[in-house]
Order: sequence, then C-alpha cells, then structure tokens
Amino acid sequence: MSTTATVENLPSSSAEPQVNYLNARYGVRSWLLTLDHKRIGLLYLGTITLMFVVGGIAATLMRLNLIEPQGALVEPETYNKLFSTHGIVMVFFFLVPSIPATLGNFLIPLMIGARDVAFPKLNLMSWYIFVTGCVLMLYVVCTGGVDTGWTFYPPYSSSYAHTDVFLAAMAIFIAGFSSILTGMNFVVTIHKMRAPGMTWFRLPLFIWSLYATSIIFVLGTPVIAITLLLLGVERLLHVGIFDPALGGDPLLFQHMFWFYSHPAVYIMVLPSMGVISELITAFSRKRIFGYSFVAFSSLAIAVISFLVWGHHMFVSGQSVYAGLVFSVLSFLVAIPSAVKVFNWTATLYKGSISYEAPMLYALGFIGLFTIGGLTGLFLASLSTDVHLNGTYFVVAHFHYVMVGGAVMAFMGGLHFWWPKITGRIYPDLWARFAALIIFVGFNLTFFPQFVLGYLGMPRRYAMYPAEFQALNVLSSAGASVLAVGYVIPLIYLFWSLKYGEVAGPNPWGAKGLEWTTQSPPLTENFLKTPIVTEEAYSYETAPEPEVVRV
Amino acid sequence: MMGLTQFAFHSMAAAWLQFSLQPPAASSIAKNVDEVYYFLTGVTAFFTVLIFSIIFYFMIKYRRRPGKPHDPETHTSMFLELSWTIIPSLICVVIFVWSSALFVRNSRPPANSREIFVIGKQWMWHIQHPEGPREIDALHVPVGENIKLTMTSQDVIHGFYIPAFRVKKDVLPGRYTSVWFKADRTGVFHLFCSQYCGTNHSEMIGWIYVMSPTDYAAWLAQGEQSESLAQQGARLFTQLGCDSCHGTAAASTGPALAGIYGKPEKLADGSTRVVDDSFLRQAILTPSTIHVAGYPQIMPTFTGQVNEEQVLQLIAYVKSLGAQERTNGQ
Repeated sequence: MSTTATVENLPSSSAEPQVNYLNARYGVRSWLLTLDHKRIGLLYLGTITLMFVVGGIAATLMRLNLIEPQGALVEPETYNKLFSTHGIVMVFFFLVPSIPATLGNFLIPLMIGARDVAFPKLNLMSWYIFVTGCVLMLYVVCTGGVDTGWTFYPPYSSSYAHTDVFLAAMAIFIAGFSSILTGMNFVVTIHKMRAPGMTWFRLPLFIWSLYATSIIFVLGTPVIAITLLLLGVERLLHVGIFDPALGGDPLLFQHMFWFYSHPAVYIMVLPSMGVISELITAFSRKRIFGYSFVAFSSLAIAVISFLVWGHHMFVSGQSVYAGLVFSVLSFLVAIPSAVKVFNWTATLYKGSISYEAPMLYALGFIGLFTIGGLTGLFLASLSTDVHLNGTYFVVAHFHYVMVGGAVMAFMGGLHFWWPKITGRIYPDLWARFAALIIFVGFNLTFFPQFVLGYLGMPRRYAMYPAEFQALNVLSSAGASVLAVGYVIPLIYLFWSLKYGEVAGPNPWGAKGLEWTTQSPPLTENFLKTPIVTEEAYSYETAPEPEVVRV
Repeated sequence: MMGLTQFAFHSMAAAWLQFSLQPPAASSIAKNVDEVYYFLTGVTAFFTVLIFSIIFYFMIKYRRRPGKPHDPETHTSMFLELSWTIIPSLICVVIFVWSSALFVRNSRPPANSREIFVIGKQWMWHIQHPEGPREIDALHVPVGENIKLTMTSQDVIHGFYIPAFRVKKDVLPGRYTSVWFKADRTGVFHLFCSQYCGTNHSEMIGWIYVMSPTDYAAWLAQGEQSESLAQQGARLFTQLGCDSCHGTAAASTGPALAGIYGKPEKLADGSTRVVDDSFLRQAILTPSTIHVAGYPQIMPTFTGQVNEEQVLQLIAYVKSLGAQERTNGQ
C-alpha cells in the first residue's frame, strides 16, 4: 500500500526542526555546485524568470509603440530589435526550458520515486550551458540587439542585417546543448530510475508528457544547432549555403529551421499538457478519463510534429504537392490534442471540484488552448493560410497556444507545487485574483489580433495604416492588464517565502509520490524508497485536503 | 489632463468609425476563401462554446460540497474515445479537401493571363508592365482580367500580399515565383510586404489600383515609357553582344532564340526542359549550369552585368521572338 510509504517517508515528530533540501546546506557555493535536481530546478526557475522579464519588457515596449499608427515610441529599427528580442528570448530562453527544466527537474525524480536524475553532474552542467547562452544573449541585447526576428531568415540574416546576428545565433546554439543534455537525462531517468512497482502505466501523465518532450529535445535540437551554425558560417565566411547570391538556397534554411521549430512548439506545449492532467485530477479528485489515450496522444504528437514543418511555407515558393502533404499532416496533429481536451473535460464529470488558483489556471488553459488549437486549423488549411500567413492572425494563434497554453500551465503548475517546493502556501485569494486578471488581460490582448490578421495587417510592422488603430489600441490595453497579472504573482510568491502559511506534506490531498514526502523534501527525496502498488490518480485512497476552499 | 482625456476620447471615436471586422473582398477567389474562413470560424465557435459550456456546467454541478460523497473512479468509455477521435477527423477531412481543392485551383495562372513583372527590393515594389510603363509601390490593373505576376527580389525575401484579393506569395532572390488574380471590382487596395525584410519593412507598402478596361487603356497610353519591355530587351541584347552568338545566322555558336520560348529544349545530359522565365534567367546568369545539346558550353556569365530588371527585359525580348515567329508562320 502506498499509504504505508506515506507514513514511512514523513519525519517521526513534527516538533523537531525539519531538515530539508533548502536548509541542509547554506551558502552560494552550496547552490552553484549543487547536484540536487531540486536545487538545479530552482536555479533554472530564477534564470528563466529573469529572461521572462527581459522578454516581457520588450513586449511591453512593442505594444506601447503600436498605440499610434506611426509608432508612438521608437524608430522602426528599434521596434525590429524589440520584436526580435521578444521572440528569441521568450522562445529559446523561456518557453523551451520553462516547464521541463524547472518543474520537470524538480518533480521527475520525486514523481517516479527516485533519489535524483540519472546524471546529476550532467544536469548541473546543462544549467551552466544554459546560463552561458543567456549571458551571451543578454550581452547581444545590451550591446545593440539583433533585428532578424526569431526566425533568422536568410539572406536577410546572413548577408544584409547589420546587427549582431552571429552572436545571437551562437547564444541559441549554446543553449540548445542544455536542451539536448536535459532531454537525454530525463529519458534515461524515466527508463531506469523508477521505484519498484512504478510501471509505465502507473506513471503520472506529467512524466509521459516530459518523456515525449525529451524525445523531441534529443532528436530536434541538433537540427536547429547545425542550421544556426551554417548560418553563422555563411555570415562570417561567406560560404554560399542559403544566400542565392553566393549560390545557396534560402528555402533550405526555412526547411531546416522549421524542422526543429515546429516540434519546438510541442516542446513548449506537451509539458503543459502534462501539468494540466495533474491539476485537473487533483482538484476534481478523480482518476483521469482515458489514461492511455492521454498518454499515447503525447507520443503521437511528438512523432507527427516532426512531419508538419512545411505548413510554415505554404506561400514560400514550396511546391503545391508538398503543400498538400504538409496540410493533411497538420490536420492530423490536431487530433491528439483534441483528444486530450475532451479527456480532461470528461475527467470533471461527477468529480468533487474545487477552485483553488492552480485549478483556475488549468480550466483557463483548457479554454484558451481549445481556441489556440482550433485557430491552428485555419493555418493548416491551404487556401485560408495563403491569406492569413504572416499576419497578426498567426501571432494571435501562437500566443493562444504559447501564452494561453504553455504559460498558463506553467503558472498553474508553479502554484500547485509551490508548497512542495518552498514548504509555504501563498495567499490563495491574491492568486485567484491574479489568475483572473491574467485570463482577462490575455484575451483582451490577443483576441483583437485574430481580427487584425483577417483584416490583413502583417506582423512585424513598426507602423501600420490608420484603419488598424482601434484594434491595436485594444490589444495594447489588454497587454497592460496582462502585465499587471504577471507582476502580482511575482510579489506574493516572494512574500510567501517568508510569511506564507507553513504547508504540510500534502496540502491539496493530491495523489502522487511527491506528496508522500515532507515539504520541502529532504535532499534524498525519500527516507525509504517507496513501493508503488496502485495506478496514478487513485483518488479513492487519497488523504483529505488540509485546507478546503470552495 | 482635460486635453489628454479629450484627445483619447476623440481618437477612440474616430477609430470606432473605421472599425470593421471584414477586409474588402475584391477578387474572383476572395469569396471562396472567405467561405472556408467562415466555415472554420463556425467550427471554432461551436467547439469553443461546447467545451466552455460543459466545463461551466460541470464546475457548478460537481463543485465540492463538504460531506457529499463522490466516486473518484472514472469509467473510461471506448465509445466516447472513438467518437471524439473520429468526428474531429472527419471534420478535418472535409476542410482539407475543400480548402486544398481551392488552393490547387488558385495556384495555376489561367493561360490567357496578362503578365506583369514585380521586383522587390529593400524597401520598395518595382512594377514593370510589358507595354513599357514602370511603377513604384503602385500597380494599375484592369478589372475582370486575369493578371499573372512574375516576381523576383533583388536582395532579401519579401512577401507580395494583397489582403483584398486574398493572395500572397513570397518573393525570393535568385528565382521567380508567381501569383495571379482577377480583380472583380474597381477600387484602390492595400499592397503589403508580408515577409520581414529589414529596417523599413513596414513601409514597403503600396496600392493596387483596379481600373475599368477603358481607364486602364488610357493609363497605359499615357505611360511615360514609350518603349515596351521587349524593345528595351532588344536594345540590351545588341548592347551586350548577345546577337553575335544567338543571332539569326545559321552558323551561330549558340542556339537560335526565335520561337524557343515555351518549347522543350534538349540538354546535353539527355533530359529536356521547357524554356520558361526561370530557364532563361538561369541561362543568362549561370550558363555553366545549363548545357544545351549540340552546342559548346562557352557562354560567359552575365551575373553582375545585368540587374533583375534587365534580365526581365531580355526574357521579354526572347519571348517576343517566339511571338514574331508564330505570326510569320501563320
């Protein structure tokens, strides 16, 4: 019985001062040289939060500029650098590592009943590699920026741009190795480190989704690495690879870039799907509906995602037949995502649902991801994509998936596991308020952009015809609400570190091995290796929540 | 402060007047594309409302009530799993077939299209009419006629986008891409660059003037350039000395060009290629990559000597040779 494991893994007396991974050792050295997956997860959390702030500031300045058709704030040159910085930082230095490197690092060993990941030193090295990439990127931003967009299309990036394209590409190149090593570490950990009785079909769905993500990390990231390296070679040494003036082929770059960057979308969204499966079950106290369908849909997404890259190139000059094949495959990849949405919704049926902040984020995720996914069909469909490609419709679509999906889930997951990570509970009322503000601000920011795109406003425009102003002002107003929504959690989460209510081992009464050990956990995670005897989400044996808020 | 509020109010009111949810639809395909768009919007709205309603219903009906027992077990239903896999798949098949058929139909320019050339360069659109007139950031076309644009770029990738026509195509350096449309009402419509191309990308915009056939004829007639594109090409052809090898004499070193356009040409490696714009462009700029059977491969490259406009002039000239021969033959 796992309930036995619960008892064995808790300290005998709660009166003793508790030793945990946070207070076991002190000092900067103990953090910078740590091999503990939980501390490394926190190092990542700090790093990506900083990068999120950088990317967020760029977004804020962009939205301010777009209040006026002629540009309210900056010159076009600066605006171009702002959207490039925003894209590069948010995609490569925030979203890609967001859930896997923070929550994934923290939770994978805890969830599968292991002491640590398979290669702790490699794990620390991954963080140092990532930080090197971040520092290089910040250096580029501070010394003049880059203006190619996050897509780096040549020959503009290789032969025409006057900004520091090479260093920016190298920053991404370097950070990519962190992805590859993390992915490898996770795959081995999930294969080899599971506790006795933790069979594949007893794994929490968060683990399945991170397993699928890790496969994309390992198989996809080398392609973007070599692509950016070739771009650097062409830019520095003028070897003709992509620039037709040098004998290269610019479409070759687009094929290689999207071969990674479309699966990368699923690197960002698969882990969030995993988080949502955990949250929905915990707050409706139900076993997940269709476990194997949810699990295998993650793998289906990972596989098919490698075969749809050409849908970014329907108007690029790619052949009509290639367009047809990529269109049908893109419709196909929508199906497993739909299956997940239906299964989450069905899980709520006859549940015992409560609405703490993490659950609000989870429900918000389902709604926004549904819209994000369905609007993807407009872009998979050939004749509508011709009109919408390269417009604000695309911007709105991927922000519904990346922000409405991935960031909502990240916030939900962070709140859900915050008591486990820090041993403290944040003020729930503030958290629910912030979740609501983020939901409203998000929709106000990005919904008008669907209309703007259909009306024909191209993306990456520093200035625009006056008839698009109303919707742009609406979007900028929404962005300011969204910004407030992101600042509030930053404040109360920090506040809770010192003043938050002390959390017990399992404040939500949730299932999963991570809730059977103390909060914050010991450096070793468990006093005794847990033995698993039941499937995931067996809520019939779950303890009652310590705090019930309805 | 008063002024600011007033200003804000004024600009919002002005903006509201311009508020529209639909772009103008001014081409033969715009309506068809919009039908797919509205169907997709319907599908999106239906499923979004469905999911939201079910979630809200469950949220209220199954909210946690202390002391009320519930069954944490779920009973997975294969029937449900299959239905919500198969039904969305069928909807996708319908959209795919419908939308793709339209796309394939729209991707081939009709044979009787009027051809106009477009050259994108940072940060302007250079339009070249075969009759001679050149325009910058403006394109005049007659209503109701099929227009085929053959496009290339002098520098980076651009995107030729006319929202009102629902057409868009990337414009690449080093090759020709084409797009076609038939405007079905007169008016003035936006032309945008849809592929980020550097500092003034957002200023690489222009206007499409759709005119009645008579107005268009008048506009063409008053064009400042009296020489047609083919005539300019003919001049260039002699200037560059092309005629010394590709002349009309029977003993020429290179293939004779009269009547060659649009016909298949045998290459030294045994394959055949149809002589089209891309073929001629490649033959002029990188002749070492094309070896026509029966001729020595001695043509020098003209890369650096002619720009994209001049390549188009030469192509127009070669094309006109074909037309002349056909006229003579009849």
